[in-house]
Amino acid sequence: MIPVSIRLIAALVLAPGAAQAQTAAPPTTAADPHAGHAIPMAASPPVVDPHAGHKMPAAPDPHAGHDMSPVPDAAVPAADPHAGHNMVTPSTGEIIGTAPAPVPPTDHAADAVWGAAAVAPSRAALRREHGGFTGSMILFNIAEYQARKGGDGYRWEGEGWFGGDINRFVVKTEGEGDVRGSLEKAEVQALYSRAIDPWWNLQAGIRYDVQPEPQRVYATLGFEGLAPYWFKAAGALFLSNKGELLGRIEGFYDQRITQRLIVQPRAEIDASAQSIPEIGVGAGLTDIEIGLRLRYEIAREFAPYIGVEWSAKLGKTAQFARDAGERASGVNYVAGIRFWF
Amino acid sequence: MTFSTNRRDLLRGMSLVGAAAALGTTFPAWARSGSGGLTTGGDVLTGDDIKLRIGHAMHRVGGRSGHAIAINGTVPGPLIRLKEGQNVRLSVTNTLEEDTSIHWHGLLLPFQYDGVPGVSFPGIKPGETFVYELPIRQSGTYWFHSHSGLQEAMGHFGSIVIDPAGTDPVASDREHVLVLSDWSFMHPHKIYTRLKQNGGNFNFQKQTLAGLLAGKGQSAAERRMWGQMRMDPTDISDATGAIYTYLVNGHGPAENWTGLFVPGERVRLRIINASAMTNFNVRIPGLAMTVVAADGNAVQPVETDEFQIGVAETYDVIVQPSEDRAYGFIAEGIDRSGLVRATLAPRMGMIAPAPPLRARPLLTMKDMGMGDMDMSGGAMGGMDHSKMPGMDHGAMPGMNHDMGSMKMLDPSVAPQVKMGPGVAMLSSMPMDRTAERPTGLENEPHRVLTYSQLRSLAPNPDPRDPSREIDIHLTANMERYMWSFDGVKFSEGAEPLAFRHNERVRVNLINDTMMPHPIHLHGHFFELVTGEKGHRPVKHTVNVLPGGKVSFDLTADALGDWAFHCHMMLHMHAGMFRVVTVRRDEDAA
Repeated sequence: MIPVSIRLIAALVLAPGAAQAQTAAPPTTAADPHAGHAIPMAASPPVVDPHAGHKMPAAPDPHAGHDMSPVPDAAVPAADPHAGHNMVTPSTGEIIGTAPAPVPPTDHAADAVWGAAAVAPSRAALRREHGGFTGSMILFNIAEYQARKGGDGYRWEGEGWFGGDINRFVVKTEGEGDVRGSLEKAEVQALYSRAIDPWWNLQAGIRYDVQPEPQRVYATLGFEGLAPYWFKAAGALFLSNKGELLGRIEGFYDQRITQRLIVQPRAEIDASAQSIPEIGVGAGLTDIEIGLRLRYEIAREFAPYIGVEWSAKLGKTAQFARDAGERASGVNYVAGIRFWF
Repeated sequence: MTFSTNRRDLLRGMSLVGAAAALGTTFPAWARSGSGGLTTGGDVLTGDDIKLRIGHAMHRVGGRSGHAIAINGTVPGPLIRLKEGQNVRLSVTNTLEEDTSIHWHGLLLPFQYDGVPGVSFPGIKPGETFVYELPIRQSGTYWFHSHSGLQEAMGHFGSIVIDPAGTDPVASDREHVLVLSDWSFMHPHKIYTRLKQNGGNFNFQKQTLAGLLAGKGQSAAERRMWGQMRMDPTDISDATGAIYTYLVNGHGPAENWTGLFVPGERVRLRIINASAMTNFNVRIPGLAMTVVAADGNAVQPVETDEFQIGVAETYDVIVQPSEDRAYGFIAEGIDRSGLVRATLAPRMGMIAPAPPLRARPLLTMKDMGMGDMDMSGGAMGGMDHSKMPGMDHGAMPGMNHDMGSMKMLDPSVAPQVKMGPGVAMLSSMPMDRTAERPTGLENEPHRVLTYSQLRSLAPNPDPRDPSREIDIHLTANMERYMWSFDGVKFSEGAEPLAFRHNERVRVNLINDTMMPHPIHLHGHFFELVTGEKGHRPVKHTVNVLPGGKVSFDLTADALGDWAFHCHMMLHMHAGMFRVVTVRRDEDAA
């Protein structure tokens, strides 16, 4: 497979020598000499020239001694004045002119037959229906029950987008609470998201924290996308209405164990530029969280999971928590459903 | 005696047909299981005044009924049989609540009857009857389908056979038309939305950890390299057998469409890929196929064991079953996520075995347009430069021997492509792959057809050299499910591709994606640049292999505006579409 393919390149490159070989090379004909033979080659039978690699001994051939091309098609490009300019131009033998392209017309042929007014609506629809996508998606990557020390809890993390390929309105929400009723943390973000390259989206908007109190509103600037090695990653800076600056970075990876059984390692780190005692946030890194969730995709859109998560408050933030009589770190066992529509 | 035998067979056949009919759609005789083949009688539509009716129907597949948009009530729609040289009036009545249309795929006709709403005509409104007036100037196997919305994916297609004015160069004792399609109980708009939400949504053949541990597929090093590029070597089809049941003449594997033959006969199979999204590999185990026509045009007979048929292509093959047994006609999706088995048999009631699905192939660096490098060693060290005499490394943009910076998205290799979120890859070394076996058939132990094996029976009509050439890049981002030409979706206001009337132009299609794309130009035939000049294959649709390049020479002899697009319906719907204009020089601005 490899040698044949390499010869193919070689044949293209060696076109001048191969050109005259055309007459001697077996033509591509209907009668396949390999009919019925097993040919475990990448290339098609006619390409597999029995003389490949041989120097042609045929005396009548004035070009004997040239390296024979195994590809009859490749035999022609000597006549191509562009040979050598562009290696990938199919070798064809024709001289391709350099006539200028005509200026694209601005009128429409159908208008002359059916009338512009009759065609206009379908022309607008044609344009809309060939690339003009608008859609939406709502995904809850996390929607779970958490078994934790000192009182079980629940947690969610979801995101929705509405819009086209490039410009989208994005809503994100995450939070957690105690099953006995108290909502501990809850935030909603409303963002404008713009695709800036094949993999990444730039996002800007506002974040509103329902909990903890006193409530805050933040201006948000962030990114979200697909990093090399298929890591989903996101990060954002949050500037509060009181002038405080927070940051967050998170990522996860879907490792398929089978086609439907998928383990998702996930990590998140939060940080703050300053200490905000009233909401229990210290300066520096504030929170870290590492989780592992194993899901089974009954359908792509519906996957129950179980998992384990270690989370810890860090530095001054941990101190604030301990002072308030809360745990600063712990391991939670989780069970939930990842779903989207 | 013979009569009574026939009668018994007929009765047996009829009871099966009756059972099929009771299940749902009734099929026209030629498409019915147990068909004796094409005759001009029965419900094949002929003559110069043909009436078609577009409407809702229920189509039954595998014991389940689904909503279809059907022509004259059936999926597939009727077979229209015409004669070269005749004129035909085709009256199409729309009984839907939305606009519809019929495009006559492969027919050379006045542009205003080509049937693309917004390009050739306004479309057919609900309740309206539109009359197409076509002069029939050609012969061969063609088809027709809706060009409105995603109706084609719901069954809105039919077949056309045009007999030549003179003697048919292809002699046969019997003919069958086999219309391949992909049927889904999921609405095509939902399929499209799911793909936009989750690019690999319907791929259940990805590489897994279990596979790695079992030693299947790529090595860990290769997986890392592909992962680093965010490319998936299993990304062969996006809409797959996970949602499709593949059909032959409307029949799934369970319904087992059966075409009859008498042993020893030369049987002509006219095979049409009317799928929305499925390229098929076609084979008849135990029976060699002699390809005699491609896209309606006769080719010098070439015998093969398997061929890949892109969406919208047609192939005519001759088979000569000599044994008194059933043969399986197998159309397998190229990603091996499903197949349909139909049966060719001397009698009804025989069922050819359906072979198991073959292993899903893996794409290679070549499919990424990185030329012919074998990366199976997981490192560039596997590339033996000494085997490439005369290769000017400096002339190969994008091929960088430092693995870390190997470029799969180097804008300098395609300056005309508008870079952005919709372009995830550019082929740095696109190769002419017309002499190569198509995707997944590289290592089959039997003969496989390549484009380079096709030689037109008739000499190519226009011997002129091209007066210019243009490049068109097929561009995509699978993760965002964006598809375009030159990085620009049609919806973004892409300019038409302009041609002068009767000019001869070389068009180079460069596939910057990892999927094959069947590219179709309306209203024209073109000659694939493969093999020597003079008898190059003449086609209306060409399947451009991943990371590859196909050139065709076009004589722009049909005045008007024409559609040009990828025939994977959802790729077209996503923006892989252009208008081609053909104008006299004096008409141009």
